[in-house]
Amino acid sequence: MFRNNYDNDSVTFSPQGRIFQVEYASEAVKQGSVVVGIVSKTHAVLVALKRNAEELSSYQKKVFAIDEHLGLSIAGLASDARVLSNFMKQQSLSSRLTYGRAIPLERLVSAIGDRAQTNTQHYGKRPYGVGLLVAGVDETGPHLFEFQPSGMTQEMVACAIGARSQMARTYLERNLDEFAACGKEDLIKHGLRALKESLAQDKELTVENCSVGVVGLGKEEILEPFKLFDGQDVRQWVDLVADGTEGEGGEGGETMEVDT
Amino acid sequence: MNHLPQAWGRPRDDVYGPYDASYLQSSHGPNQHTQSPIVTGTSVIALKFKDGVVIAADNLASYGSLARFTDVKRLRKFADSTVVGFGGDVSDMQYLDRLLISLDTEEAYSSSGHTLNAKNLHTYLAKVFYKRRSDFNPLWNQVLVAGLDGEKKPFLASADLLGTTFTSPSLATGFGAHLAQPLLRKVAPDEEAAAKLTREQAIEAVKESMKVLFYRDARSLDKYSIAVVTKDGIDLKEDEQLEKQSWAFAEGIRGYGTQVN
Amino acid sequence: MAAMFSQNPLMNGPNYSFNQGPSTASAGNKEHSFYPYTDNGGSTLAISGSDFTIIAGDTRSTSGYNINTRYSPKVFKIGGTTASQDDATLVLSVVGFAADGEALKERLDAIVKMYRYQHGKPMSVKACAQRLSTILYGKRFFPYYVTAILGGLDEEGKGAVYSYDPVGSYEREQCRAAGAAASLIMPFLDNQVNYKNQYIPDSGVGHELKERERIPLGRNEVEDLVKDAFDSAVERHIEVGDGLQMLIITKNGIEEIYKPLKKD
Repeated sequence: MFRNNYDNDSVTFSPQGRIFQVEYASEAVKQGSVVVGIVSKTHAVLVALKRNAEELSSYQKKVFAIDEHLGLSIAGLASDARVLSNFMKQQSLSSRLTYGRAIPLERLVSAIGDRAQTNTQHYGKRPYGVGLLVAGVDETGPHLFEFQPSGMTQEMVACAIGARSQMARTYLERNLDEFAACGKEDLIKHGLRALKESLAQDKELTVENCSVGVVGLGKEEILEPFKLFDGQDVRQWVDLVADGTEGEGGEGGETMEVDT
Repeated sequence: MNHLPQAWGRPRDDVYGPYDASYLQSSHGPNQHTQSPIVTGTSVIALKFKDGVVIAADNLASYGSLARFTDVKRLRKFADSTVVGFGGDVSDMQYLDRLLISLDTEEAYSSSGHTLNAKNLHTYLAKVFYKRRSDFNPLWNQVLVAGLDGEKKPFLASADLLGTTFTSPSLATGFGAHLAQPLLRKVAPDEEAAAKLTREQAIEAVKESMKVLFYRDARSLDKYSIAVVTKDGIDLKEDEQLEKQSWAFAEGIRGYGTQVN
Repeated sequence: MAAMFSQNPLMNGPNYSFNQGPSTASAGNKEHSFYPYTDNGGSTLAISGSDFTIIAGDTRSTSGYNINTRYSPKVFKIGGTTASQDDATLVLSVVGFAADGEALKERLDAIVKMYRYQHGKPMSVKACAQRLSTILYGKRFFPYYVTAILGGLDEEGKGAVYSYDPVGSYEREQCRAAGAAASLIMPFLDNQVNYKNQYIPDSGVGHELKERERIPLGRNEVEDLVKDAFDSAVERHIEVGDGLQMLIITKNGIEEIYKPLKKD
């Protein structure tokens, strides 16, 4: 039986002014494993926790390179994310083709925002069941954007979405003041620490379950293209934030709450 | 049969004679687009120097050999950072101008701090030209785009009705390609030489070339526009007058007209 | 109608692009109509070696007797992940109508980039060659007026050169010259790369004559051959000159060399 009469489609408001299908889509985001994004004055990083569905399977891909100046990480339905990611790739290629210009991040993010919004206003359509963090560099410097199934997009200084991401957000809020001045390495370390905060008690960060994406401006404002690190390539950072060595975020032992 | 694509699948001219187009009913014939320009502007010339570009074009729009409009401004600003100089059909120029204004408006609205630089604009214009030629509905212009590229270095490039593009330290369209380009190339044979030119030297060379064009191009005028684009902005003057010309040399010319010796 | 790509002066008169005027509608009054093509001159050349491929082109762009610019590249890296194309593995050269060449290059580049994005690996030359043929044939009835050459390393790491006609017929070859001076360069290549008409002295008479044995050329030898070919072409063809751009594809990536040519 239906829980209520207002969640059969994404075009009908409930009397309380809610669109349940969109809210359910947001729940799908919370099913996905956590991803963290942070920007500084020079860099933007994405750090993701990968899950494997079972012992024998490979780990789900969480971070995608879209263009040389931007990448994204996903939480939620990976197949929906691929549709969005393909669309973004097309858009950035077309910007380079018609103007010879790297697409401004805000423009690209609002393009997927608009697409997602139409899904919430047309009968028979379904909202995307995925949240994105988009990190990149354009003429106006490094940026991080959050995207939600509702079509909402906003620019963030730091952000975490996905399962148990509240713990990561708490870490990010606590260390907010440090981010702006961070270089690439420090930013990645912060990202991994935030990721660690939201780990389940019996889990640890390993080279298998971490993905790192970095993009930024190097010396003399030269673009360091978006680079994706997986497997052994992330060991350098995983080891750094391994147990014990850190003073920060001490109360990791308390209740692991579920997202609200 | 030969290897030339344009001859394939057609009756051979040497066997059947050339195609007789008089069978085509002119009133109910196929759709026709622009086949030739109507009101035209002549040369546009431009030269790079160490921190920008100088570009100039006269203020005349001709109707065939008739000097029809004598106050037509053929240099257009874009986003206060780029100048586009138009040669060729004037109505197509005005269409493109409207297109560029709407493009600029869209850009300025949408987001913070992003603008299209001269290089971006040139790429876009070339795409517009190429699209239109591929539809057999050309915009009958050759344009020069002057400004700065993404690295704030001087940028100068050409695009034309076929979508052909190229860049060079100095460029000239139309008659200017024959008369002005050799003079400008003498001043700036390559990029290194252009990067050493001062603003004054560049303006001087361009003005001198405009003078030569007025002497020798029958479809030209001594009223012209000149713009200097640098990272400090655009200095556009639209009502310049060519000065200090001397027609004394005409006395010595022999071989034209009615004189016998 | 004079031929853009025919090199026979007796048939066509001098092979200058402005001879390809618009066709006349009928005898009597001449009708000017829009002709969507032009010839921007120039020449390209590709030679494959045992573990490398060299693709070269001059950098002059012309309209009739005018030189548009002395630096307009005809040889492009294809399918890298960045705008600088640093990690590209393929090279495309286009000569003929430059705007079509540019459009073709950008289309192929976008396709190869999408392939790399979707498959997570670079496209092979063989696959790219087939795809390029399909693109060209797709415009069979309004062709890209270009002669394209695609180069790279094949699955075994050997140099590979694929050459095309404007509507997509293609073939893998040892070497190929294209463009305005193709008819000047190609016979030179036949002789110097494939040793055509070279026989071992005193090896016999008539059909008994033994051909000189073909050996794979080294990279330096090929670079010299390319330079010589272009120097000679510049001497005899007015649309060729200004600069020589060479892209050399090896397993370590693509190296670019620029050498000046005569500017007259």
